[in-house]
Amino acid sequence: MILNEILIAGFGGQGIMLMGKLLAYGAIYKGLEVTFYPSYGPEMRGGTANCTVVISDQRIGSPVRNEFAYLMAMNQASVDKFSERIKPGGVIVCNATLVESPPERRDVKIVKIPANQIAMEMENPQVANMVAMGGLIHELKIISYESLTKGLVRVLPQYRHNLIPLNEQAIQKGFEALEKKLNLEGYDEQSKGTNCDQPGTV
Amino acid sequence: MVVEQSTYLAVSEKNLMSGNEAIGEGAIRAGCQFFFGYPITPQNELFEFMAQMLPQTGGTFLQSESELSGINMVYGAAAGGGRCMTSSSGPGFTLMGEGLTTLATAQMPAVVVCVTRAGPGLGRIASAQSDYRLATRGGGHGDYQCLVLGPASAQELYDLTYEAFELADRYRNPVIILSDAILGQMMEPVVTDHLPRMKTPPKEWAVRGKGTNPRKVIKVAPHTDEELIDWNRQLKKKYQLMQDNEQRYEALLTRDAELIVVAFGSTARIVLDSVLRARNEGMAVGMFRPISLFPYPQKALEEIVRQGTRKLLVVEANNGQMVQDVRLAVCGAAEIAHYGFGGGHIFSPYEIYREIRRLGKS
Repeated sequence: MILNEILIAGFGGQGIMLMGKLLAYGAIYKGLEVTFYPSYGPEMRGGTANCTVVISDQRIGSPVRNEFAYLMAMNQASVDKFSERIKPGGVIVCNATLVESPPERRDVKIVKIPANQIAMEMENPQVANMVAMGGLIHELKIISYESLTKGLVRVLPQYRHNLIPLNEQAIQKGFEALEKKLNLEGYDEQSKGTNCDQPGTV
Repeated sequence: MVVEQSTYLAVSEKNLMSGNEAIGEGAIRAGCQFFFGYPITPQNELFEFMAQMLPQTGGTFLQSESELSGINMVYGAAAGGGRCMTSSSGPGFTLMGEGLTTLATAQMPAVVVCVTRAGPGLGRIASAQSDYRLATRGGGHGDYQCLVLGPASAQELYDLTYEAFELADRYRNPVIILSDAILGQMMEPVVTDHLPRMKTPPKEWAVRGKGTNPRKVIKVAPHTDEELIDWNRQLKKKYQLMQDNEQRYEALLTRDAELIVVAFGSTARIVLDSVLRARNEGMAVGMFRPISLFPYPQKALEEIVRQGTRKLLVVEANNGQMVQDVRLAVCGAAEIAHYGFGGGHIFSPYEIYREIRRLGKS
């Protein structure tokens, strides 16, 4: 049975909701059940943004979760606020560019991806969220690059469809960054998160 | 009737929609031409959707100056024969009480959506199910009933809104879609193409200018005492017909269940996780989910309980408003407990599971 609860968190403007919706479409194209739940109410008035995506091969119960198998933390505040909610054996993917102190937990896998830095190198800082998505699906494993990128046409408004190739490229860069750890280590030295563990290690 | 969720296969036709948008899609698919209402969180996505989409399909969206005028505009549009809709949340829904009883007595078909938020009073925008009683017991004065449907997924919000328009016309009665903030905000894949695009059916009673035809009258107050008594008799007959024909529910793992959890709407989604967990641990637990809240699916619940259920646990995000209906359905045949409270608390599956265990042992 497949059941993955994913929490994507960051601050407003980082494209957190877009990431969640894109991931949901990725699941749809994989033929899986999915539920997306955005942060709502007083939470979203504080400048932080988060959303929950539940992916399963069976009927999904609660759309609202307390515990998660995956955390995609786009900033430090998300790590501080949510890393305790990840189940033992789960995965925390940190945006290493903005996360200076990664979580101190030893019972979860901590993965770092310098999303903003990679996006800057692409000369498109706006696609940092897509770089991170590439990293997230690398860890998730159940959503392929193909099914994820198919969703771009559904989540981006018509007038942004010219940017689909750029977004695809960003997702690929993110995926490859974790695939080729050598490159990542190169990034790691330059990134701010100097006290992070080795990328991809448990 | 057991409603299986998301058995539709065509992946390419699935659209990710919020519950609020799904209501709007269902309404437009069913041929809804008029939407009048006043904004309130957490139903504003429906509002936005209708504002954008209705004009594109030749319909009319109008933001009224209050909920009161909104529901009365619905009355006008319904009398003219159009398929029409309004939407609100608790505080605004209360204001519509007068309009609802007027629609019901004039026998006007309309769909009224309540995306529940935490009360009482102004409350807060967090999710709750505390408008159950308001919706199922009327909310306005006099002897009247609205049909009330309580969906639990985006797909069901779409399907049941569509069906609500059919039911409204069939019974010439207002139909309430009782949703809540969780269902409204969450997004899920929705298939739309399995339902045909409808146009407003011709209504011989509609007042659209008589021309050379005989005069038609739609009235809210019969003119004589006798007429009003007869009117009530007719309404009673109609409500009985709804009771007989429109009970909907989903029963899951109830066949051998000693304990059945009864829940509707978003809470039923959370309960599903709790029940499956308890089942996996060998407990004889099932779930009963009313889909029609008026009429309450009494017949089915009574029959299920008669198969040997000892206990019922009613879980709702309110102080126990549905317990009364459950009690009436089973007439003392099983012990009834309630778990839940309003105010915006969101249950965790574990919390309900713990309650199931506690009751299972006692």
